[in-house]
Amino acid sequence: MSTRVPVVERVLSANDAVAAEVRAQLDGRGIFCVNLMASPGAGKTSLIERTVEALKGEIAIGMINGDTSAAAFDAERSQRAGAVSVHVNTGGKCHLEAAMVRDALSLLPLDEIRLLLIENVGNLVCPMSWKLGAHVNVLIGSTPEGDDKPYKYPKMYAGVDVVVLNKIDLLPYVGFDCERFLRGVEALNPGLRHFRVSCRTGEGLEEWIAWLKQQIGARR
Amino acid sequence: MHELGITEAILDIVLRHAGGARVRTVQVTVGEWTGYAGDSIELFWQELARGTAAEGARLEFRFEPATLKCRSCGTVFGANGSDLQCPQCSALGGEPAGGRDCTVDAIEVEGGDAA
Ligand SMILES: [Zn+2]
Repeated sequence: MSTRVPVVERVLSANDAVAAEVRAQLDGRGIFCVNLMASPGAGKTSLIERTVEALKGEIAIGMINGDTSAAAFDAERSQRAGAVSVHVNTGGKCHLEAAMVRDALSLLPLDEIRLLLIENVGNLVCPMSWKLGAHVNVLIGSTPEGDDKPYKYPKMYAGVDVVVLNKIDLLPYVGFDCERFLRGVEALNPGLRHFRVSCRTGEGLEEWIAWLKQQIGARR
Repeated sequence: MHELGITEAILDIVLRHAGGARVRTVQVTVGEWTGYAGDSIELFWQELARGTAAEGARLEFRFEPATLKCRSCGTVFGANGSDLQCPQCSALGGEPAGGRDCTVDAIEVEGGDAA
């Protein structure tokens, strides 16, 4: 004897509910939150360092650094750059989940922070599935990765709000076709906001910073 | 290892709906956009379900391909490994359509009066 029980429940609905809680908490305090995603080596931590340096003394920044191990290397880099940082060990998971962000929030001085940067774990497949409660999902791409990424990871490019293309100083060397890349981005996500930067030379970063400031300003 | 979190979530849902009854089968739809591999979920499942009412339950997967819906002509076409071009009108890209979610569709539990 057995009984069939209809369920029809999205596997991530519990995560999404926690993400909504996180968002409500951030909104209640006027904190602007950015979820940064990228493949390993695209320059997530470099962009964070540059951003923290540019906003230091002007906007208080909190950081949540996700890592698959207990080694708080990236968190230390952000901390040195001047952000209050919480390191989250995902215990082997290749992405952050909303509950990890909720728990990390309780360790941050939320009354002082105006910008919260979440450094997700580096990969282009799963972080996109897990909503964290951030206001914008930013994908950092880099020119050595190739211009075919939107075609190979359509889900990632279809789901993000902003693309930051890093390492444009390498354009003369890596054969990256910006037109092809942006055509792919546009195909999946029409009108998507994008920035072209070099975290090494600083080129293009002022536009990214100006946009961030404008978003932060709109919160309070 | 992105299936670890997913498998935990599946088990939570299953145990909640089973209401303490022993679970025999779990029907799961896996969309291709999610990138989840059924055999990885299976592996984590063996570990995570041990000692619960769902220990030994069989997972039945239904796979749903990733598709895009053309913004010009509405044709739904496969998004996987393609050049993202509509086969009907050649327009580039489209809205993500099928294959975006992973859902628990139904479970089968021991006992009860249904067949
Ligand atoms: Zn078409």
